[in-house]
Amino acid sequence: MRGGRNGHGRLMPLWLLLPTLAVLVPLFAYPLYQLGLLSTLEFGQPQVSGGVPARFLGAGNYTTLLTDGEFWTVLAQTVGFAAACVVATLAVGAALAVLLTRVDRVPRLLLSFAALAAWAAPAMTGSVVWMFLFDTNLGLVNEVLGLSGYNWLYDRDVAFLLIGAVVVWHSFPFVMVTLYAGIQAVPKPVLEAAELDGAGPWVAWRRVIVPILRPILAIVVIQSIIWDFKVFTQVYVMTGGGGIAGQNMVLNVYAYQKAFASSQYGLGSAIGVVTTAILVVVTLFYLRALRRTGEAL
Amino acid sequence: MTRRWLPNTAAALAALVTVFPIYWMVLSALKPTGEIESSRPRPWTWHPTLEHFRHALGVSGFGRYFLNSAVVALCVVALSALIAFLAAVALTKFRFRFRTTILVLFLIAQMVPVEALTIPLFFEMRDLGRVVPGVGLNTLVSLVLVQLAFSLPFAIWMLRGFVAAVPDELEEAALIDGASRGTVLWRILFPLVAPGLAATSVFSFITAWNDFIFAKTFIISATQNQTLPAALLVFFKPDENDWGGIMAASTLMTFPVLVFFVFVQRRLVSGLGGAVKD
Repeated sequence: MRGGRNGHGRLMPLWLLLPTLAVLVPLFAYPLYQLGLLSTLEFGQPQVSGGVPARFLGAGNYTTLLTDGEFWTVLAQTVGFAAACVVATLAVGAALAVLLTRVDRVPRLLLSFAALAAWAAPAMTGSVVWMFLFDTNLGLVNEVLGLSGYNWLYDRDVAFLLIGAVVVWHSFPFVMVTLYAGIQAVPKPVLEAAELDGAGPWVAWRRVIVPILRPILAIVVIQSIIWDFKVFTQVYVMTGGGGIAGQNMVLNVYAYQKAFASSQYGLGSAIGVVTTAILVVVTLFYLRALRRTGEAL
Repeated sequence: MTRRWLPNTAAALAALVTVFPIYWMVLSALKPTGEIESSRPRPWTWHPTLEHFRHALGVSGFGRYFLNSAVVALCVVALSALIAFLAAVALTKFRFRFRTTILVLFLIAQMVPVEALTIPLFFEMRDLGRVVPGVGLNTLVSLVLVQLAFSLPFAIWMLRGFVAAVPDELEEAALIDGASRGTVLWRILFPLVAPGLAATSVFSFITAWNDFIFAKTFIISATQNQTLPAALLVFFKPDENDWGGIMAASTLMTFPVLVFFVFVQRRLVSGLGGAVKD
């Protein structure tokens, strides 16, 4: 279908892309533009009801944010929480991927299936099931540990730990499966050559497998950063919208609550713009990592 | 074999820990209420019952929510497969200006935190509903539209690998034999890319099926149009949770996704491989 000689052929890709554009322009590009626009306006309940025109604030919402101690706390919490989740996800995923290469068929299938189940579980069900397991009065965990009456969501850090565990449980399977596939794809002759040269399993792992896997590792890391930075459902559901006095807020929940709970749609949009900007920067690193794998666009 | 007992045990243990929450969910959904509320929970039950499922589906209306979720997810899957297929063909089988730019834009679009777009999309849907009745807030169509938009960039990105794998010679031969471009598209490329479409569809299905934030934001007053995840939140009552019902509803919500995953599990890796490295 390549290289149409007549005008009709030259326009073919445009026709093929037209449905995509018809969806993405009004439902993706335009809201993105609106998000930026809203972030420069004073837009609250009076404006939503339609009576009062929106007032242009310029960078006003951003100044409000940057001078608000709460915003910085939430930002720091989001970064810290995402970083901890990424490290834990990668550690668990990588360890289990290596483990998978060293076990017999039955345990491998068992672990693969278990991981598949955790991967498939919607964020919503994962959150409520873990909440039930860790329930103050009826939870299995408190019963087994003899902690009857202990509320896991009362303390900020303990609550984050529990939410983090759910996030890791949901996301390590992707890391495990991808890295396992990567390790399996390392050519056998390379490993045999390393062994002939006297490399033990540890040296072979560090000097042969890891360098070959580096591009895949980079993608897995950045994909995890993006996912864990965007966590919404688990935090929102498990802490009932941000925890006691908003102690477990992360950026996405914070923006949502500012907009839909306290009707500060302009301010909420400004937080959304900040989140988007941070993720776009991460994405640029992702693109560089992709390019290094040699994938032609 | 003997020196493998340690890794084997470790893997089996890891599998047990990983699958346990799912097991506990299904088990609790089947336990009689008395056993759930007992202060000595046991990891088994001798009296399995379907009362929680009956209650969730009947009284609590989860049958309706299940149907709503299924309608939204299937519409998204069908539309997204069709639209993404056309776009993937354009981006792999043709060379034109801005091709790379478009590809990069699709990649960046996947990274945009869609949660942030709830705010402008809420107003867009509200205004749309005033102009076109039956499309705006409180309708399933609004959910289909946003989920379609969010699943397309990834679907296109992933399908690209499958379309590229079809040799150009096939299409050229067909064109020489006098086939029209439409014939080449639907009679040659489409069937050959079908396995890729199946894999891609799973991801679209899961995005749409799992959506919580848009269902919660858009479906405000018309509760009969609620989908499963947001409906489950309404089920939640502080301090007096009906855990049996919640677990039954969660099981209903998890089951279709699990079936899809098992169905395509072989393609998951190769599909991601397509996204990772071709």
